[in-house]
Amino acid sequence: MKGRTDMSAVSSNAAFFNQLKKYYTFYTGGFITFVILLAILEQMGLAPKIIGYIFLAATIALYAGIGIMSKTADVSEYYVAGRRVPALFNGMATGADWMSAASFIGMAGTLYLSGFDGLAFVMGWTGGYVLVALFLAPYLRKFGQFTIPDFLGARYGGNLPRTIGVLAAIICSFTYVIAQIYGVGLITSRFTGLEFEIGVYAGLAGILVCSFLGGMRAVTWTQVAQYIILIIAYMIPVVWLSVNITGNPIPQVAYGQALQGVAAKEKELNDPSTVLGAAEASVRAIHKEKAAEWTDKLKALDEAVKAGNGDAFHAEQKAKVAAKLAELKAAPEPDAKAIAGAEKDLADFPANIGKLKAKWTTAETGAKGKAGPVAAHAVPFSGKGAEKKLMKENPAATPEEIAAAKAEDEKASNGKRLNFIALVLCLMVGTASLPHILMRYYTTPSVRDARKSVFWSLFFIFLLYFTAPALAVLAKYVVYNDLVGSSFAALPAWVSKAVDATLMKIVDMNKDGLIQLAEITIGGDLIVLATPEIAGLPYVISGLVAAGGLAAALSTADGLLLTIANALSHDVYYKMIDPNASTMRRLSVSKGLLLVVAILAAYVASLKPGDILFLVGAAFSLAASAFFPALVLGVFWKRANHLGAVIGMLAGLAVCMYYMYITYDFFGGVAANEWFGIKPISAGIFGLPAGFLGVIIGSLISPAPSKEVQDLVDHVRYPSLTGDINTKAA
Amino acid sequence: MQLTDKHREYWNRNLRLTAVLLGIWFVATFVVIYFARELNDIVIMGFPFAFYMGAQGSLIIYVLVIWYYARRMNQLDLEYGVHEGED
Repeated sequence: MKGRTDMSAVSSNAAFFNQLKKYYTFYTGGFITFVILLAILEQMGLAPKIIGYIFLAATIALYAGIGIMSKTADVSEYYVAGRRVPALFNGMATGADWMSAASFIGMAGTLYLSGFDGLAFVMGWTGGYVLVALFLAPYLRKFGQFTIPDFLGARYGGNLPRTIGVLAAIICSFTYVIAQIYGVGLITSRFTGLEFEIGVYAGLAGILVCSFLGGMRAVTWTQVAQYIILIIAYMIPVVWLSVNITGNPIPQVAYGQALQGVAAKEKELNDPSTVLGAAEASVRAIHKEKAAEWTDKLKALDEAVKAGNGDAFHAEQKAKVAAKLAELKAAPEPDAKAIAGAEKDLADFPANIGKLKAKWTTAETGAKGKAGPVAAHAVPFSGKGAEKKLMKENPAATPEEIAAAKAEDEKASNGKRLNFIALVLCLMVGTASLPHILMRYYTTPSVRDARKSVFWSLFFIFLLYFTAPALAVLAKYVVYNDLVGSSFAALPAWVSKAVDATLMKIVDMNKDGLIQLAEITIGGDLIVLATPEIAGLPYVISGLVAAGGLAAALSTADGLLLTIANALSHDVYYKMIDPNASTMRRLSVSKGLLLVVAILAAYVASLKPGDILFLVGAAFSLAASAFFPALVLGVFWKRANHLGAVIGMLAGLAVCMYYMYITYDFFGGVAANEWFGIKPISAGIFGLPAGFLGVIIGSLISPAPSKEVQDLVDHVRYPSLTGDINTKAA
Repeated sequence: MQLTDKHREYWNRNLRLTAVLLGIWFVATFVVIYFARELNDIVIMGFPFAFYMGAQGSLIIYVLVIWYYARRMNQLDLEYGVHEGED
C-alpha cells in the first residue's frame, strides 16, 4: 500500500487538482454567463415557460455530457472513481450527494412553519459529520475497498454480516431514492407543465445517463457540477432578499434584525387590543367554530364506523359533494371558479373511509392550530398554553388550578425537548451510517485526504444549512409585515402566483377585505420556490432555483442508486455468487442492476406513495441502528467479532422496525404505544443501544477474533505501517 | 506486523483527541438543546442565544471540530511516522 511514494505520484495528483480547478472555474463562469444570457433574453420578451424548458434541458444535457465523458470500463474507476478525487472536490460531491430535494426546497419551509423546533434537522444533518470524521471516514479509507458491506464482510468474516449489511443498505437507500425521484417529478412538472409521471421518467433519464456509463467516476464529477449550480441557485435569491429587507448582503448576520421585527409582530398579532390583533382574533373565532364542526363530523364518522356503516357513510359524504357540484352547475349564473373547485373536491375525494378520516383529522388539526395564538419563532418547545387558556377562561382560578395548568405546560414542553434530542441524535448517527455518504470517502487518494475531505464536505453543506434559518426568518418578516394587514384587492404578484400554483391558500374569512395571518395557509415548499419573486427578481432566477432543486434531487438519487446497484452487483454477485467473474461481466451485471433498480424506484415514485417524508426520516433511524454500532466497534474494539456483529445489526434493525410498527399509523400502530412519548421517526434512539448491546454481548459470549482480523483492525487504525497488509480491492 | 510503543502512543493520542472533540460536539449539541429555554433569555445582536446556536453557532463549531481533527491527525501521522507517502 505504500507503493506510490515516488515524486511522480505527488506531482500527478497536484497536476490533476490544478486541472480540475481550471475546468470547474471555467464551468462556473460558463454557467453564470448562460444565466445572464437568459436574463437578457427574458428582457427581450422570452416567455417564462420557455426559460423553464431551457434550464431543465440545458442542465440535464450538461450532466449527461459529463456522464458520457467519464464513461469507464475499469472496475476501480467504476466503483470508487479511481481513488484520486481531491479532498476539496470530494467535499463538493458529498455536499451534492447529501443535500436532497428536501434540504434544498423543504428545509427553509420547515423552519418557517416550526420555528425553533425545526432546527433539529439543521443540527442533525450537519453534526453527523463530526461522527463521520472522528469514527469512520479515515478508517474506511485505509481499509480501501468498494462498499460498506465489504468492510463488514472483511472485519467480521463470513457472508452473514455482509448479507445483513447489504439488506440494510438496500432498505435505507431505496426508501430514500423514491423520495428523490418523487422530488424530480415534482420540480419537472411544476416548471415545464409536463405530467408528474412524465416528469419522473424524464428525470430518471437524467439520472441514468450519468451513472450508467461511468459509475462512481461519472457520478462524482457530475455531483461537483451539481453542487455549484445548487449553491448559486440557493444563495442569489436569499442575498437579494436580505439586501431588500435589511440593507445587508450577508443574510446569516443580517437576519437578527428581521427576527426582532418578527418577534414584535408576533406580540402585536397576539394582542387583541391592537387593530391587527383584534382582526386576528375575529378570524380565530371563525377557525374555532370550524374546528368544532370538524370535531362533530369526525364523531359522526367514528359512530358510523362503530356501527359497521363506514362504507355507507363514505358513499353518503361523496354523494353530498356530487350533489353540490350538480347544484352549482344548475345555477342560473354558473360560477366557473366554484364549479372547478367542486369538481376538484369530487375528483380528490378520499378513496375509502380510513383516508376520509385522515383528511378530516388533518382539517381539524389545521383549524385548531389557526384558532390559537401565533407561535413565537425563536422560542423552543412551547407548552400547550394550558395556563394562558385557564387564565382567560377563569381569571379567578385557584392557585392549585394554576399550578396544575403550569405543570401540564411544562410536561408538554419537556416532551418536545426529549423528542428534539432524540431526533437530533437519530439524524446525526444516521448521517454517519448512510452507505451512500460513507462510500464517498473511499474515493480520496489517501487517509490524509479523507480527513480533509470530511471538513470540505461539511463546509459545503454548512453553506446551505446555515442560510436556511435566515431565509425562513426573512420570508416570515415579509409575510408578517407586507402581507398581513394589506388589502385583498391589491395582492402582491408573488402571492397570486403562489396561490395559482397551490403553494399557498388565502381566503378572506371575516370578509373585512384585509389579510389576516390566520387567513393564510402556507405550504413548506413555498419559501424557497417563491423567494425570487418575493425579492422582486426576474423569472430567470426562478428557473435557476428550479435547476438547483433538480440538481439536488438528481445528485442524491445518483449516489443512492449506485449504492444499491453496487451492493447487489459487488457484494452479492461478485463476492458471494461468482468470485471468478471477469471485469467485463462484473460491470455489465452492475449496470443491468442499476437499470432495474432505477426503473423500479421510478415506478414506485410515480404511484405517489403518501408517507414519503416519514420514510426518509425512517431511513436515518434504520441506518443508525443497523450500521453504526458494528462499524464503529469494528474499528475501536478489537474484541468485536462475527457473532457480535450479527446479533448487534439484527437487534438494532429489529428494535427499530418493531418500534415503528407499533407506533406509526401507516403500519397500523398507535401513539399510545410510544415509549417515553418518543415519536416513531426517532425509533433509532432505541435501535442504537440495542445494536451496541448486541455487538458487545454477542462478542463476549464467543471467542475473540483471529489474529488476521486483529491485524486488520491495526491496519485500518494507522494510515501507514511497516509490513502493512494489503486490503486494497481490485 | 508488530506494533511498537510509539504506535500505541499514537493510537492513545488519537483516542484522547477523539474524546475531547466528541465532548465539544456533545456540549454544542445536547447541552445547548437541554438548556435551550434558559439560554434563550440571553440575546446577542438580536439573536436569542439558543436559537442562534441551533441555527448557526453549533454548525460553525462542527465545521471547526472537523477542521481541527484533520489538521491535528495529519500532524500526528508525521510525528509518529505513520503517514502515507503520497500527497
